[in-house]
Amino acid sequence: MSGEPIIETTGLRRVFKGHGGEVEAVAGVDLRVEAGQIFGFLGPNGAGKTTTLRILATLLPPTAGTACVAGYDVAREADQVRKRIGYVAQAGGSFRESTGREELVIQGRLFGMSKSDATKRAVEILAALDLTEAADRTCGTYSGGMRRRLNIGIGMVHRPSLLFLDEPTTGLDPQARARLWEEIEKLRESGTSVFLTTHYLEEADALCDRLAIIDHGRIVAEGSPSDLKREIAGDVLTIGVEGDCDKIMALMRAQPFVREASIEDGMVRLYVDKGDQAVPIVLRLLDSNGMAPSSMNLHRPSLDDVFLKKTGRSLRETAA
Amino acid sequence: METIRDTWLIYQRSLTLSLRNPIWVAFGIIQPVLYLLLFGPLLNNIAKMPGFPPGGAFNVFVPGMLVMTALFSSGYVGFGLIDEMREGVVERMRVTPMSRVAMLLGRSLRDVTLLLAQAAMLVLLAIPFGLEINPGGVAVAFAMLTLIGLMMSPVSYILALTLKSEDALAPVVNGVTVPLLLLSGVMLPMSFAPDWLQTVAKFNPLYHAVAAIRALFNASYGDSEIVFGVVLLLVLAAVTITVGARTFSRAAS
Repeated sequence: MSGEPIIETTGLRRVFKGHGGEVEAVAGVDLRVEAGQIFGFLGPNGAGKTTTLRILATLLPPTAGTACVAGYDVAREADQVRKRIGYVAQAGGSFRESTGREELVIQGRLFGMSKSDATKRAVEILAALDLTEAADRTCGTYSGGMRRRLNIGIGMVHRPSLLFLDEPTTGLDPQARARLWEEIEKLRESGTSVFLTTHYLEEADALCDRLAIIDHGRIVAEGSPSDLKREIAGDVLTIGVEGDCDKIMALMRAQPFVREASIEDGMVRLYVDKGDQAVPIVLRLLDSNGMAPSSMNLHRPSLDDVFLKKTGRSLRETAA
Repeated sequence: METIRDTWLIYQRSLTLSLRNPIWVAFGIIQPVLYLLLFGPLLNNIAKMPGFPPGGAFNVFVPGMLVMTALFSSGYVGFGLIDEMREGVVERMRVTPMSRVAMLLGRSLRDVTLLLAQAAMLVLLAIPFGLEINPGGVAVAFAMLTLIGLMMSPVSYILALTLKSEDALAPVVNGVTVPLLLLSGVMLPMSFAPDWLQTVAKFNPLYHAVAAIRALFNASYGDSEIVFGVVLLLVLAAVTITVGARTFSRAAS
């Protein structure tokens, strides 16, 4: 991997003191995020995603460990970090009784912009996010998708090099979600790094260049969505056979690209490195050995398979 | 410099938001006006009793109402902050490099502005009842109300940032403001109180504030309570503002 790290943490821990004793929300997170990517933090509710995000965004001091964001230490050089990051909380950030324009302008002013610069920048962002018509309405009158777009706009006013988004699309309908994904992709195109948390598998899969899967405050897997799926499960190739399965099993086990082979429900089930390349090879092998499959099915593992394998639970169930 | 600039920005924003719902500003003055109309007239007779402080009944009563207005109007400002916190406004601003003191002071100065507007209305309404005013005294009295606001509004914000819910904030604010009010001699002069109660009241800064503002309304500028009250409120406001700014900067979760 090339590129500069925009986030680097070592041994990051955060302990909360609750009524029932101590809770370790973040339990030793080592993370390296390259600039220019959309990096996703995937995990169920309560996994420690938001706590980690809040530490990285200077809102919460870590109990132990260090975090470097945009080149500065979050604990010792918080102001330097703040100048370079944008942060959009789950709660949003815009006030329902303020207008979209007011919120954008004051945000710019709080980052030191002059009144005219902040006003110009607000106009720019409103246009880019398709909110010009709603600019002078109070945020309380916005639809859910509009409000999220505005909140992201507020986070972008000072042109940060890194934007944190905490569960950016939770609770949105599919269209609004797709629209927001487009905006997030545009951010990456414009050179902004994005760090987002999500418990939606589809979101992580569709949007993120790289992912870390977090559970109980620990990162259990990290990589690109396709790497993760390949690394853990491989692709799954099932072959329907009439007659002797064992012969096929023996044949397939001898192939270097087959990681595992098993017989389930009278079908041969192969875990292979690259399914699309394996299919023609398997077909040729069967053919040259005089065997004819009755059916063949290539199934690509989902991120949920990854989560299941790493944590023993399905994310779809825990995230419900 | 940046603190002043940021304070001004937050002040403008907060005031704009408050004036968007001016009904709440008007609500804040309803209670003292009711006291003025329905309780004040009782004092005309009591004012003749021995032990009643010098000055006409309304010159004794209105200073108390002003302090009460200051106490309640700034004591409950935390509710508005919880509203903003819920929508992520406070957190969003904490991720900007803006001054933490400004987060508090901008809001508290807005609170003081509204409080002074309410106090001015109250004074004007009381003149037909027989309140006698002298400009110098009123000016210093309003300065003291400013200090009360700057002392109490940070307390309300500290509680809001700590408790994070209206349900928890309401009883705590009541628990703080009601004893402060009762022990300040707002309703009836503390000179009517038994010795032990008078002793307890002397530990209440608002008792001294009421005494000082009464002296000011009576043009007794030599009264030692005035200097004492101003210094006391200055010190306490400095303490609550410092603690408040610190609470804003580390308001967790």
